Amino acid sequence: MRRISYCDALNEAMAQEMERDPTVFVYGIGVPDHKKIFGTTAGLLERFGPERCLDTPLAEDTMTGFGLGAAVRGLRPIHIHIRVDFLLLAMNQLVNMVSTFTYGTNGRAKVPMVIRAVVGRGWGQGYQHSKSLHSFFAHIPGLKVVLPTTPRDAKGLLTAAIRDDAPVVCIEHRWLYWAEDDVPQEPFAIPIGEGQVLRRGKDVTVVATSWMNVEALRAAQILARHGIELEIVDPRTISPFDESLVLESLAKTGRLVVADNDWVSCGFGAEVVARAAERAHAALKAPVRRIGFQFTPCPTVRALENEFYPNARTIVDTVCDMLGRAPIDTSGEDFYSHERRFKGPF
Amino acid sequence: MRDQVAELARTDLALARRIYELLFLVRRAEDYIIKHYHEDEMKTPMHMSMGQEAIPVGVCAALGEKADIYSSYRSHAPFLAKTSDVEGFFAELYGRAEGVGGGKGGSMHLANIDRGHMCSTAIVASGIPVAVGTAFANMRLGTGRMTATFFGDGAVDEGNFWESLNAACVMRIPLLFVCEDNGLAVHTGKRQRHGYRSIAEVVRGFDCIVAEDSSNDAQRIHDIAAGAIARCRAERRPAFLLFECYRYLEHVGINPDFDAGYRDKRDYEAYLAKDCIALQRRRLLAGGATDAEIKALEGAIDQRVRAAVERAKQAALPEAGQLFHGIFHETD
Repeated sequence: MRRISYCDALNEAMAQEMERDPTVFVYGIGVPDHKKIFGTTAGLLERFGPERCLDTPLAEDTMTGFGLGAAVRGLRPIHIHIRVDFLLLAMNQLVNMVSTFTYGTNGRAKVPMVIRAVVGRGWGQGYQHSKSLHSFFAHIPGLKVVLPTTPRDAKGLLTAAIRDDAPVVCIEHRWLYWAEDDVPQEPFAIPIGEGQVLRRGKDVTVVATSWMNVEALRAAQILARHGIELEIVDPRTISPFDESLVLESLAKTGRLVVADNDWVSCGFGAEVVARAAERAHAALKAPVRRIGFQFTPCPTVRALENEFYPNARTIVDTVCDMLGRAPIDTSGEDFYSHERRFKGPF
Repeated sequence: MRDQVAELARTDLALARRIYELLFLVRRAEDYIIKHYHEDEMKTPMHMSMGQEAIPVGVCAALGEKADIYSSYRSHAPFLAKTSDVEGFFAELYGRAEGVGGGKGGSMHLANIDRGHMCSTAIVASGIPVAVGTAFANMRLGTGRMTATFFGDGAVDEGNFWESLNAACVMRIPLLFVCEDNGLAVHTGKRQRHGYRSIAEVVRGFDCIVAEDSSNDAQRIHDIAAGAIARCRAERRPAFLLFECYRYLEHVGINPDFDAGYRDKRDYEAYLAKDCIALQRRRLLAGGATDAEIKALEGAIDQRVRAAVERAKQAALPEAGQLFHGIFHETD
């Protein structure tokens, strides 16, 4: 096994699938340019040519429909957006056309398309370059939605998405791009719809999405020193969402915190909590807790951003409060600070 | 020499007959919709093609079977002209399990992808970008299939149209953009919607082939489309075909609405004089077909449509579990 970054894992998944299957192609605004979508499309133009790695006009909605039309007649498009926020321009094609096409043919048509979109954060991304919106997409029948957290998940889930005959939206947090981990070199797919337990623990179940898993793991380290063991469940796929891992964990812990990388109101956290209430109500020993963005647009300046985003400290405080424990003094703890890695601009 | 002329005449008559059959099939299918709609068994909003049949029929006759098309909610004529699947059509309008969409689509969402009618859409212009992608796939994979997208002049107001035209031009994709210009978006005329003099004039600024016609003559439209298809392939460019037409009935529903005040019945009467079905019938007679021959052909089509309606009325509704069938691809 070798260690590679999340970014390189995404790149490797696409390169290997393009090698394996000549119908796979990648496109989107700036996809073949010198910035290479933060490096994830590096080498694809050189290896597979401009017919399979193409730039497009600035027309997100139309180019989403374009992908659908190509998919239903034998190609396997991967459409990339450098920010999730741009996908809002594509909602008509995504929700009215892409998600319903197969249904309109009563299951006959295959729609093997992937939409990759990056969540921005920090160094002034502000309210139009920082959204995740995964619950928007997960609300729509006919779309699958994955949020890989680890480099291994990035490669395995993107590979599965490319091989899937349904449209898959893949939401990737920009800060995860630097994460490094053991990733198998050979092509492999992680089944869409399967979560994983990132950490075993007996006291509290934390269901976290995307970047919030990193914060949950840091919180677990701190809490462990105070005798509290978190179990961290990463659903990885939020549609279709298989709640069985969450229910199994709750049977053990009886306590649920959802740490979602999104706004709380009407978000994915509400879905997790509702499933727990429906199917594991008797196991719950305490009221459930939800953690997410403050219900404001995302501010630009760091001082306000610190209030807007939850982090490991938020999880530590929430867990202590839930357990009726005195707050832990975390003033001496080291928390993730993106400035060590990311000084902008994008 | 004489043999050659005779051969040419035969070919023309064969084409004229094929076009007439399609025209008559579409018109007769809609006659039956009008006849049975009041029974309230076809519970699906009908946007009737009546009066506009020449465009889809002419273009589809030029496209042939090896082609893929997309249409708007005014889908009856494109669907039947492309697929001739009148049985799957009526079963779908009646919401039956054996309908082309298993009852999930209805009049606004007709799809028979095996016969190249990919989908029709209820959101104006939304099928146009999808057609660009299908045309791209057909080009990339060398399938030999041509692609066309049908839409009304209302779709020209939408961003999807201009974005698609731009993309197809810059990506050099062979594709027919077919505008069925009936002058109306629901009840609103072009003058209230267009900040420019002519659609074709604006489109001429793009790197594509442009043709216009207001004859309402399916065979003439066939010839224009056939020429455009050949040029699209040779030049690897899209074509924009603008055909004027007239909607006989209300925007949605089966009734005339000349009393509504937004249009003048005299325009309709003028168009009726060049009704595309009557026009093609006259051409057949002039080309040597006898009235008896044409009547026999009409009778056969009528019987087929009548049988399709009767079969659909008797057919089973989808079973309850079918609600969940086909959200994602599955083999039957």
